[in-house]
Order: sequence, then C-alpha cells, then structure tokens
Amino acid sequence: MLVPILKQGPYLIASVQSALRDVDLIELRDALTEQVGTYRSRGVIVDVTALDVLDSFACRTLSEIANMIRLRGAQTVIVGIQPEVAFSMVQLGLKLEGVATALDLEEGLEYMNHRTKRIGHVPYEK
Amino acid sequence: MSLTKNEVRVGIRTDSDILAARQQGRELGERLGFGPSDLAVIATAISELARNLLLYAKNGSIICWIIDTESKKGIVIQATDEGPGIRDTEAVMRDGYSTSGGLGLGLPGVRRMMDEFAIVSHEGRGTTVTAIKWVK
Repeated sequence: MLVPILKQGPYLIASVQSALRDVDLIELRDALTEQVGTYRSRGVIVDVTALDVLDSFACRTLSEIANMIRLRGAQTVIVGIQPEVAFSMVQLGLKLEGVATALDLEEGLEYMNHRTKRIGHVPYEK
Repeated sequence: MSLTKNEVRVGIRTDSDILAARQQGRELGERLGFGPSDLAVIATAISELARNLLLYAKNGSIICWIIDTESKKGIVIQATDEGPGIRDTEAVMRDGYSTSGGLGLGLPGVRRMMDEFAIVSHEGRGTTVTAIKWVK
C-alpha cells in the first residue's frame, strides 16, 4: 500500500505522500472502504497536500471514495488541495461536487467532529 | 544547446507512463520559468492527453518541447498515436461528449487550459493533438 492509512480515534487519515498511479488510487479507495468496517470508523480524511495534479481520473476516484464511504455509513473529507491544483481543476471543469473539502488536516478534523456529532457520535477529542 | 535538452518524449503504454510524462513535462516547464499555476496546468493537460492515448489508442507518445521565438516562448505538448482516429473531431471538442463513459471533459478541458490547441485525426491512421502554453 503506497498511501499510509492512520487510525486516529474514530477516523481514518489517508496521507498521500507522492504522485499516484491509477492503480494506487484504486488500491487506496478499496483499502479505505474495507478499513472503515475493520475499525468501525466514523470518518475518512484524505490528505492530498502533496499532490501537484488532480486530473479527471483522480477526481473521479476521490468521488468514488466519498460515495462508497457514505454507503458504508461514514463521512469523507478531502483536505489540502493546493491553490494551483484547484486552479487547474476548475480550468479543466472538475468540480468534485458532492465531496466535502477542507483547507488542511486541522480543518478536516474540525469538520469531522461536527459531522459525526450531528449523527449522534461522541466526537474525537483533541 | 542539444535538442534533447529542450525536448522530452515519453511512450505511453501504462498508467505509470502518465506519471513519467507529466513529471518530465513539468520539469521542462520549470526550466522555462512558468509559475506554479501554469506548471499545474501543464502537468494536468499532459495527464489528460496521455490518458486519452491509453483509453482510445492503447498506446502512443507524449512529446514536449520548448518553442522560443523573438516575441515569445512557451511549451508545446503533443500527444500522438496510431490508433483508430476520431471521425468527428468537432464532436469530441464539445463538453460532455464521451464515448468511454468518462466525464467527456478531456479534450475541451485541455483546450480551455492551454493557449493554443489543434487536433488532427485520420480515421484508421491515428490522432495528433498539439497544445501550447506561452510564458506570460
């Protein structure tokens, strides 16, 4: 597994370290969907700070992750999309609609604490 | 200066090649002095063009080179294949047009991102897409 997945309280944090091949993205998607069950996680945070490109395939896979995790009963937030990456995504026409995003890991955790509290779960304590 | 220093050529046969092409294209862009936004645009455009090659032609090449005229300089990105070709090049340039079940954003998206764009295709003989980003 190229992307380390850390378990932090009720959340899984996938921290992308370097550019990923398509097969690595698929592997990440499947591992997260699986591990949400293994660890009974309430939320998944995917940190893409290190990525300099989010192309159509990457965006589609991130959408798939968010949808599959939702079907598993948990939340997903994508954090750390860099300004220039956001710029080229919008130019290309990729909006990642329906997928929650946050500025960075800290904001992502904040988002998760609110979201999972709303569905009656004890929030993660910092 | 040798020609090879101003040109990168990457054969696209697997998804690993997509990564190699966009990294090498990006490095060429860095040498030309593009800013972070343009570099991300260049890398994304290469990624989408390489993806199209894999999807429709199974293999092909991405070639990037530096264009340096008296008035301006820029990077040329060319995706070339000997695949089935495109019958209706106007149709594929419309947003949302897709024969693959994808988003249909590939080529129109790349045209939007880049400063110049051209597509030449012959049915049964292949397709060449050429795009340029100028240094501003």
